[in-house]
Amino acid sequence: MIRLEHVSKVYKTSTRPALDDVSVEMEKGEFVFLIGPSGSGKSTFLRLLLREEVPTRGRVYVSNFDVAKMSRRRVPRLRQSIGCVFQDFRLLPTKTVAENVAFALEVIGKPRNTIVKVVPEVLQLVGLDGKEDRFPTELSGGEQQRVAIARAFVNRPLVLIADEPTGNLDPDTSQDIMLLLERINRTGTTVIMATHDHGIVDSMRRRVVELSYGKVVRDDARGVYGVGR
Amino acid sequence: MRTSFVFSEVITGLRRNVTMTIAMILTTAISLGLLGGGLLVVRMVDKMQANYAGKLEVSLLLTNDVSANDKDCTQQPCAGLRSALEQTSGVETVVFQNRDEGFERFKRIFEAQPELLKLARPEAIPATIRVKLEDPERTDVIKQAFEGKPGVKAVDDQGKFLDRFFEILNGIRDGALILALIQAFAALLLISNTIQVSAFTRRVEVGIMRLVGATRWYTQLPFLIEAVVAGIVGAVCAVVLLVLAKAFFLDRVTGNLTESGIIPPTGYLDILIVSPWLFLVAIVISATTGYVTLRLYVRL
Repeated sequence: MIRLEHVSKVYKTSTRPALDDVSVEMEKGEFVFLIGPSGSGKSTFLRLLLREEVPTRGRVYVSNFDVAKMSRRRVPRLRQSIGCVFQDFRLLPTKTVAENVAFALEVIGKPRNTIVKVVPEVLQLVGLDGKEDRFPTELSGGEQQRVAIARAFVNRPLVLIADEPTGNLDPDTSQDIMLLLERINRTGTTVIMATHDHGIVDSMRRRVVELSYGKVVRDDARGVYGVGR
Repeated sequence: MRTSFVFSEVITGLRRNVTMTIAMILTTAISLGLLGGGLLVVRMVDKMQANYAGKLEVSLLLTNDVSANDKDCTQQPCAGLRSALEQTSGVETVVFQNRDEGFERFKRIFEAQPELLKLARPEAIPATIRVKLEDPERTDVIKQAFEGKPGVKAVDDQGKFLDRFFEILNGIRDGALILALIQAFAALLLISNTIQVSAFTRRVEVGIMRLVGATRWYTQLPFLIEAVVAGIVGAVCAVVLLVLAKAFFLDRVTGNLTESGIIPPTGYLDILIVSPWLFLVAIVISATTGYVTLRLYVRL
């Protein structure tokens, strides 16, 4: 599903590689935590999957895409098969909940009748039915993140990438968001989540890949955040 | 491609930058208006050249002495001049017009100005030999051969007068086109700037679009169409400007000259013929500028 082979990434502005000879494989339907301190290479890892960046060395495969080698014209195809959620939600304040979710389908040219059918479905899945016409500012942080997850998932991606999705939320709300991500994972979607949240990682007992200075220092099938911490 | 989506994006984009949009439209309109004015002058000159091409003559104005005494060009030097002209190669017709006929013609031309007629005396009008050439451009030959001959007071070349007149018109045309070019440059910078501002205000939207896998066309087309729409509105304004300029300015200023047939009238038809070019120029320039700006300055 996702495979990195000896991937290194060196940014022009830095002498130290952000990623240093990383090789990892993730299966379809897996739930993977990507952990490590700030600057350890988590964001670079995720950006490589989306082809926001191209690796300096090595190869990146997502589904059938040879991400590093593919032409620019094919990049939208890749991104349509990956959903993204961020710490800061990234919702459009001028659009309602339903419009925010519909936006993701409109801009990839989905027909109107598909949109009116699937948007309410996904809003129900994330537990926001009845709040379709609210604006993001009228929602709590947890609800805003649910909108973002709905938007990421509405096109039924193969992979859901979550970059510290609970970073701005209190523990209870974080727990709800994790339940939602688990539910999405159970539909067969691979979920990769970068996080600093010990509690969540420890309670979920899922695969943990730890990065430090751009290297994979740990890859446990049922891991916790930190040994001895 | 969902056109309704793209167009709703375009409209919100134009509304959000309304001051920039207006500036962009006005600059484009003035630039295109000047271009249109220049093109109208070109048409006017073409029409005039066609009008006059078959009619241009060289006139030998005869001296007072000949004008007074030789009413039908039978005496020397008039008869000699006439036969010499007739034998010159390239001459089509030679017509003698004595002082009285000349005065009649003068009265006919200026019948609208009785004050002028009251002042005029037949003695002021010289007898003339009017020469029509097969090639109206070759008037110099006649001028060189007959200027200063006995009995000839002056050689009057209508072509020379018309050339001066065309020079003035061409000057107006060049001036209009240069101003149009300067304005077009300003319009170009404004278009480029507006797109950059527009892209900046919509960077979150565009970021999300890229992330969810919208194609390049989907992300960039709204900006491009925004520029083209502003260009087209500018062209519409330019055409309106031209129509207003004709109705309230040109018709008044040149009214007399067009009625007496000296200048061909500029009609609404001329504006109609020129306007597609204005639209074409507006679309090509705004689309090209938009595209280049997006490629060079905006990372979408």
